[in-house]
Amino acid sequence: MKKSPPVPLITPDGKRCDGRAFDELRPIELEVGVLKNADGSAMIRQGKNIIVAAVYGPRELHPKHLALPDRAVLRCRYHMAPFSVYGERKSPAPTRREIELSKVIREALEPAIFLELFPRCAIDVYIEVLQADGGTRCASIVAASLALADAGIPLRDLVAAVAVGKVQGHIVLDINHLEDEYGEGDMPVAMMPTRGVITLFQADGVWTPDEIKYALELARKGIMKIYELQKEALRKKYEKVIEEVEVGV
Amino acid sequence: MSKASFEVIPHLKKKTIYAMLQQGSRIDGRKLTEYRQIAIEAGIVERANGSALVKLGNTMVIAGIKAGIGAPFPDTPDAGALMVNVEFVPFASPTFEPGPPDENAIEVARVVDRGLRSTGAVNLEKLCIVPGKHVWVLWCDIYVLNHDGNLIDASALAALTALLNTKLPKVTVEGGEVKIDERTLEPLPVEHYPVTVTMAKIGDHIVVDPCLDEELVMDARLSIAVNEEGKVCAIQKGLGGYFTIEEVHKAIDMAVQVSNELRNKIFEAIKKVGT
Repeated sequence: MKKSPPVPLITPDGKRCDGRAFDELRPIELEVGVLKNADGSAMIRQGKNIIVAAVYGPRELHPKHLALPDRAVLRCRYHMAPFSVYGERKSPAPTRREIELSKVIREALEPAIFLELFPRCAIDVYIEVLQADGGTRCASIVAASLALADAGIPLRDLVAAVAVGKVQGHIVLDINHLEDEYGEGDMPVAMMPTRGVITLFQADGVWTPDEIKYALELARKGIMKIYELQKEALRKKYEKVIEEVEVGV
Repeated sequence: MSKASFEVIPHLKKKTIYAMLQQGSRIDGRKLTEYRQIAIEAGIVERANGSALVKLGNTMVIAGIKAGIGAPFPDTPDAGALMVNVEFVPFASPTFEPGPPDENAIEVARVVDRGLRSTGAVNLEKLCIVPGKHVWVLWCDIYVLNHDGNLIDASALAALTALLNTKLPKVTVEGGEVKIDERTLEPLPVEHYPVTVTMAKIGDHIVVDPCLDEELVMDARLSIAVNEEGKVCAIQKGLGGYFTIEEVHKAIDMAVQVSNELRNKIFEAIKKVGT
């Protein structure tokens, strides 16, 4: 039923439509502390994705009746800008997709945060997709987890994520917009890398249990690479801070 | 029952639930991989094109299909449309409130939809009447009537049974005009049979088909939709817990095993009313 893609998704020499190998990530740029007002923030560019995540909190929670006596409430809003998508303008009102993604992203980040250290507080994570190119929920998690770290919120681990997909029978890492739209399956995975546990796991398309095994292993390897980039991005910001302080002295 | 006692009591049961799991049993006496009693009744709403009532223990869900002729989506001009919507009816639980579907209801609807769509359960191309102009539009509305846990599986069972129970009037096109013959009914082209199996992680244990008490103390949830070939066609992890890779594989094996039992229940219900 799906229309045929505008370009071949797999070229005759066994490459993908953007020239990548099956197990190759797109170029990823991470920057921490991009917004001055937020307690923590980060930007990710992954392929043509441009996503900014910001964290406010721990702070007082409103409305107060939502507060929990033994832990902080984590709230998360994933939102796509009207101009971020290919083709027609997306309405800025939250779609059912965005409501679901806000929920699964929150649940992907939650296991990593020591929420019990901040009873009655709120931690708000805001994610804006400025340009979408497939795999936005995973890229959002990568940025949001950096923003949480940047806000100084105690974490058990960072959370890194990547979407694997099934394209013309091949299982490939980090699917782009075309592979997402015209491929046969999409499987976003998020993990706490040092603990090796899965905090987000979704899939559509038809997969055999063996394919899932292979796909999860491919995702895990991608996630370990992204995790290194995350640590490097954090180091970069705080090395700069240290330099500034030392010069000041 | 007040909202507070509804949510608090299970926390007092938490210790018991954990202790029993350690012994290999569950709060309601089931084994870890045992599903609750399933009762499915197809065709219970005559006004709908197709319908089904599903009971999973005390969980009760009804699905109704309403079909109409409308314009196709611009990106699929030669295919009909299927929309899944879930309502948590306020009388189904003291924790449900009136209003538009919240994130939980939306999640259930989207997971059910994903299972149906990924396998191509309904052959939507066969629902095209005039390409680009007129197609069948199917609304699958799922009403949760009583909440005792595992609304995803109950909803998926109800949706597939209702679709299998759906009949559409025969349509013909004469000179560009669509004519509907209400007296000649044809079954909906349902070609694949995905069912969803949800598992709860409670401590280090994974249990199939959590009841509400178990859901209120579970750390995480994993729903796996499986088609008739034993292939996985939708996955959704839920809640703020995590799964190890080994747990995921174990859960998938469990889901594939249990799925046949669920599918057979649907076929039995359909057989009773004749397609």
